[in-house]
Amino acid sequence: MPIIESVDHLTEYRRQVRARRDPNQLQVLVCGGPGCLPLGSEPLAEAFQAEMAAKGLEGKVLLKTTGCHGLCSHGVRVLIRPKEITYQKVTPEDVPEIVETTLINQGLVERLLYQDPHSQAPCPHKGDIPFYQSQNPLVLRKLDIIDPESLDDYLAFGGYRTLRKILFQMTPEQVIEAVEKSGLRGRGGGGFASGRKWRLCRNAPGDVKFVICNGDEGDPGAFMDRAIMEGDPHAVIEGMIVGAYAIGALRGYIYVRHEYPLAVKRLQKALEQVREFGFLGTKILRSNFSFDIKISQGAGAFVCGEETALIASIEGKIGEPMPRPPYPVQAGLFGLPTVINNVETLANVPEIINMGPEWFAAMGTDNSKGTKVFSLVGAVNNTGLVEVPMGTTLRQIIFDLGGGIIDNRDFKAVQTGGPSGGCIPSQFLDLPVDYDSLQQVGSIMGSGGMIVMDSHNCMVDVARYFISFLMEESCGKCTPCREGLKQLLAILGDITNGQGEESQLALMEELCRTMAAASLCGLGQSAANPVLSTLKYFREEYEKHIRDKKCPALVCRQLLTFTIDPNECTSCLACVRECPVGAISGPKKEPQVIDQEICIKCGLCRDACQFEAVVVE
Amino acid sequence: MDLERLEGILGRFDGLPADLIPVLQEIQDSYNYLPKEELNIVAQRLNVPLSQIYSVATFFKMFSLLPKGKHVCRVCVGTTCHLKGGQRLAESVGHRLGVDIGYTTKDMNFTLETVGCLGSCAQAPVMMIDDTYFARVTVDKVPKIIKQYQK
Amino acid sequence: MGEVSLLINGIYVKAPVGSTLLEATRLLDLEIPTLCHHPDLKPEGHCRLCVVEIGEWPHTRLVNSCTYPVEKGLNVQTHSDKVLEARRLVLELLLARTPKAELIQKSAAALGVTESRFKTEDPEELCILCGLCVRTCREIVGVSAISMSSRAPDKQVATPFKEPSEVCIGCGSCAFVCPNNVIPYTEKNGIRTIWGQDFELVACSACGSYIAPLAQLEYWARLTGDPVERYLVCRNCR
Repeated sequence: MPIIESVDHLTEYRRQVRARRDPNQLQVLVCGGPGCLPLGSEPLAEAFQAEMAAKGLEGKVLLKTTGCHGLCSHGVRVLIRPKEITYQKVTPEDVPEIVETTLINQGLVERLLYQDPHSQAPCPHKGDIPFYQSQNPLVLRKLDIIDPESLDDYLAFGGYRTLRKILFQMTPEQVIEAVEKSGLRGRGGGGFASGRKWRLCRNAPGDVKFVICNGDEGDPGAFMDRAIMEGDPHAVIEGMIVGAYAIGALRGYIYVRHEYPLAVKRLQKALEQVREFGFLGTKILRSNFSFDIKISQGAGAFVCGEETALIASIEGKIGEPMPRPPYPVQAGLFGLPTVINNVETLANVPEIINMGPEWFAAMGTDNSKGTKVFSLVGAVNNTGLVEVPMGTTLRQIIFDLGGGIIDNRDFKAVQTGGPSGGCIPSQFLDLPVDYDSLQQVGSIMGSGGMIVMDSHNCMVDVARYFISFLMEESCGKCTPCREGLKQLLAILGDITNGQGEESQLALMEELCRTMAAASLCGLGQSAANPVLSTLKYFREEYEKHIRDKKCPALVCRQLLTFTIDPNECTSCLACVRECPVGAISGPKKEPQVIDQEICIKCGLCRDACQFEAVVVE
Repeated sequence: MDLERLEGILGRFDGLPADLIPVLQEIQDSYNYLPKEELNIVAQRLNVPLSQIYSVATFFKMFSLLPKGKHVCRVCVGTTCHLKGGQRLAESVGHRLGVDIGYTTKDMNFTLETVGCLGSCAQAPVMMIDDTYFARVTVDKVPKIIKQYQK
Repeated sequence: MGEVSLLINGIYVKAPVGSTLLEATRLLDLEIPTLCHHPDLKPEGHCRLCVVEIGEWPHTRLVNSCTYPVEKGLNVQTHSDKVLEARRLVLELLLARTPKAELIQKSAAALGVTESRFKTEDPEELCILCGLCVRTCREIVGVSAISMSSRAPDKQVATPFKEPSEVCIGCGSCAFVCPNNVIPYTEKNGIRTIWGQDFELVACSACGSYIAPLAQLEYWARLTGDPVERYLVCRNCR
């Protein structure tokens, strides 16, 4: 017997949940997102619980561990509501002071507040901080407020309101029209019009159809989908229910990357909750619609983010993509019509239905509607998840939200779109970020990874890094990708080892052209982008590696020389012990010397030295 | 072969070819690798050729045909971690443990792997030992972290 | 069975609905090179040699003709500059991978590629990973004794755990279909050795010439339901 028997019952239940809540109650919301978790969210939450119990606040102040608060570089973050005071870099040692000063005496602990970099003024509230001010959180808006394991929290926020609308007020055709009108496009990087995809699948012949949520977020540097799955799992489920109703699917799968066990746990719990409540199952809320969802876990393959490879993996086969057509909407999982949508795409769906497509289409640009979540990481002061309207410029994201480059260094490039994307130099900082603009300069928006680089990063090394990654992850089925990546890696290896030749640059460009044109799937087709974009905008760096055998950014180790500065060396012999080839020696109590003939440039001596005596040039 | 343990796992599934990867995942988690004898039984039960199982076991990174160590250390070499010295960190850990990346120490205590992206990019470089995350791990922090697991 | 009209190299062709571009080009006697294609096996698009350029300029793209279905009004170019550049480079890559493979040398030379600017890792390598052997064993023979193991860096055809396969019947179809004679296969003294396993060959009880391994005959018997004795006499003598 489902807990909720009808939509009217749901409305009443939601009303009661809300009625029990006091909007003025003090709440302590500890960030448990991907950035803060490794810094100690759990011990911090435990410290709050213990201190609040000791001070008799248990039951009066609500304590929750939530999803990602966004400003990950300044974690562990704690949000205090209803005043929206936000503390940063909080440790268990700070807890007694926060409880005493803020919870009991309504004061502020100034040293835990964000400081405006220009005015040095403390910023007590979220609204005072530029990082938060300039955002437009839709998908992320619940993440720092709700307990992801509480269905009541999600319902109180208006969750599952779409069920009444779609099951009893809209036909599947009307649902598809709404999504088409909204202009929603795939947020996983492909950018295919979601409404159109649903329509194609609905029209495909056959009674058995599937909806799959692609949670295989494989781009290194991207953790948007992880934050959504962990912090607001019900939004994904609700979006899938709407999609399943629209196309007429009986069954859905959420495919979660193996490296995200917490996301799996949260989604499993959320699914159990909605089944108990009756939002999944047969004849949902007394409608004629039946649907249920299963979780499928990835097993460690980046290529399974590609639709046909993902499908093969659910079928129990290796993740080798298949040529298209046929497209999954015609013949997908088990050969049946299948819609595959990204996590962020689905998380956008409920509000499109609740607020109407015009509301969504009013944000963004002509061809890219709505907002996009980006993971802004690398050499910026403020790193973390941001959500902005499509069309926001790179400069606004990196400098207004990101707070500019760390240590006041110069911006060198921003890498967007993961291994399928390219590096964008400073002359394009005023480009709007959307599906189309970045393609013109050799990159893509992709799933939302945005990695900022400065003069400490070597662009040839970046290209080599991405090709090495793709080489490991390529399924190996088709010639241009498998053999092409191998040869690109060999050439880039030569160049970063000081064995490069001028002619290899043109050879790489030619090879990249064929890989882009002739590879079977997106992995191979876009593998060329990191190489082509860095060759185009940073050619002098390649040439320095080849002609001068030097790495200006001091990254490519074979091109560096390691020496010991006799003025700094204290003869502690730490480096001598670390050196794996015995290249360092010298009389006791005198500065040590590195024998350049023996040195293999591993850099372990530099790591071991506490006195910065190892000089790298 | 531990038939009872395997039956416990197989009993939770419908016996369909599409159950292959979830079944292998449970075996990997339970046994710490995929033993040959167990895979032969899985082939029969799920009606999947052994060659397909071998294909799957060697295609996906989470599966191992050789036993893994008691502790698995995964150093993130995602883009941000790479830019902050992830590769050097991995090499440093390997140097300290006396093992190459991708292999297990002779005493079977540690397996050292690199992993694509753990999603904690703001705290680069990141590494995991079993289920515990370590953030902003500079090379000098490695000896102390490893020591905790070496008892 | 309906037909669709499409343009191939500027010529209108009528092709049956559901046929592929490769099949359609054969109606015009055009020579599209292939490596992983076989008329009896489901095409999977491994080699990328059969690519053709489709669409209207400037929005054209390359697709592998072995799986792309014919479409009404589709504009197809089978030997455009873009296509030839791709085919040449694919062969140049394969020439680097398998410099001694005669088929690759010949196919490359036919397109004007006589040497490779790329590095060779193992000069004795002959396998181009076309998958014909694996697909044959799976789709035609039906035992799936071999499969592709690993991903790109170490991808190779192998028996499970690289040990003799329990389901192999020694039929040698894999060796027969391999375009580069990669699969070692020897016959001596009534024993066929393949994939590390010895198979006893059965001699025809009438004329004495070797028919096939006992394992293979027993497999046929299981498949057809006939007693195995029926297969112990060769076809000529039956």
